[in-house]
Amino acid sequence: MAPLTQTKTNQPTVTRRSLSWTWVGVAPFFLFVAAFLIWPTLSIIGQSFLDQERRLTLQNILELGRPFIVSSYVYSVQLSAVTAIGGGLLGGLLAYAITIGGLPRPLRDAVLSFSGVASNFAGVPLAFAFIATLGQLGVVTQWLRSIGISLYPAFSLYSFWGLCIVYIYFQIPLMVLIMAPAFEGMRREWREAAESLGANGWQYWRYVGLPILLPSILGTTVLLFGNAFGAHATAFQLTGGGSQGNVVTILIGAQISSDALANPGLGNALALGMIVIMGVSIGLYTWLQRLSARWLQS
Amino acid sequence: MLKRFWPWFWFLVGAAYFLVPLYATFDFSLRARRGELSFAAYTSVLNDVRFVESFMFSLQTALATIVISALVIVPTAYWVQLRLPRLRPVIEFFTLLPFVVPAVVLVFSLARTYSRTPLTDSREGLWVLLVGSYVILSFPYMYRAVDTGLRSINIHDLTEAAQSLGAGWFTILTRVIFPNVYVALLSGAFITFAIVMGEFTIAALLAQPAFGPYMNRLASSKVYEPSALAIISFALTWAAIAAIQWFGQGTQARVAGPR
Repeated sequence: MAPLTQTKTNQPTVTRRSLSWTWVGVAPFFLFVAAFLIWPTLSIIGQSFLDQERRLTLQNILELGRPFIVSSYVYSVQLSAVTAIGGGLLGGLLAYAITIGGLPRPLRDAVLSFSGVASNFAGVPLAFAFIATLGQLGVVTQWLRSIGISLYPAFSLYSFWGLCIVYIYFQIPLMVLIMAPAFEGMRREWREAAESLGANGWQYWRYVGLPILLPSILGTTVLLFGNAFGAHATAFQLTGGGSQGNVVTILIGAQISSDALANPGLGNALALGMIVIMGVSIGLYTWLQRLSARWLQS
Repeated sequence: MLKRFWPWFWFLVGAAYFLVPLYATFDFSLRARRGELSFAAYTSVLNDVRFVESFMFSLQTALATIVISALVIVPTAYWVQLRLPRLRPVIEFFTLLPFVVPAVVLVFSLARTYSRTPLTDSREGLWVLLVGSYVILSFPYMYRAVDTGLRSINIHDLTEAAQSLGAGWFTILTRVIFPNVYVALLSGAFITFAIVMGEFTIAALLAQPAFGPYMNRLASSKVYEPSALAIISFALTWAAIAAIQWFGQGTQARVAGPR
């Protein structure tokens, strides 16, 4: 491998059009991606169809049907769907407010740059932040207690809805960042045309605004779904990684750090399942984005 | 007036969702001493030897990641624009793959694929795997930043001018291309820095003494220090993002972060 990467820098002239030399220029990139991304991923996908004696089998895939696996997939999908819709809704409305909602420009810039930070503020520290807010000793919990509302034990930060509230924190800014340009692409003339034909605000949104924005809204929501589905650190910190390891990512993590599940094939199948679900979400997102780009162009 | 009601309403709802947890975290972090507000939790965190060690470890890892990523991405992006424009969609596809393969799946497949090789059987090997996965995670941001930077300069003219003066490829890359994409590279570097410093999943599963796993462990032994650390981490992220916007092309700071 080493000589390949070095010859590139010593390659003498522009005029030599030899195909092999041209490809050497991008060889380091492909070698890197192959070693650290493609080969491991392909090998996991391949191994999910092999048993321990390396014979072809569907056993690992069938293992996915075990009740605790199915329930963890269902849990992850529900969590991702709820936070994608909740975060998408709030983020979409916020993006609307700061773009065509007519809020002052400094406010718009502040929200956008804050969203840049907040969409990166996830994982372990985000979990800490919510423990300090809504945990048993949390500031909001204690404040509510002082006015006579006790959250616990009815609510718990470590339950499904607790996780939802935490996840939505990183879902909203992502939605804002992606949807703000889409809202800004809406032309003023469309609204004026609708109004000159006698449409009121609601009718404009129902028949013009929403149909135009729908592909971007749906596409971004799908992206948020994938975003939540792949999340591991936040859930790990909040659930302790074991006691209620309901999220699929935690199950996979447990496969590396322990032999608790004692089934090597299962980890491969779990990973394959995640890749398929993420791939479908990203594919859907790309398709819906293209659709909306075409609509906005014409 | 009514026309502006809903935008303001949704803005305030959003602001509350964002700011209340931050306020609560900050408030909580000041309560380490009973009955008074103090920065005791912060001093206790900053004086912790393991904090310094894990922070330095992640800092070194982040710098290594940025250097390797730059060394791979700049020549690739340059070469693709100069010679292989048809390859651009392919490279873009590969740099987007980290979004499809979640970090936990990536580290799982790396650990499985390279198990019983020096990569997983030694401390140094695991660190190589760690840096390698971080470089992969950095590709989407690095490639986009550098590609945009290269588009804003005329690399064909620059390359020809350098060649007519007798420069070889090494000279062209180090003395013409790198200095010209320096600013774009920096914005990619800061986002990579923010990602690596807070990353938990890969570091924890490869059993590396990084900052993310340290934060995770702190929670089981301390009450107030974790929230102080969350505030420090938020400030750090903010500084990295502010640096990106400072160096232009602020819109690069998009989809990111260890979740």
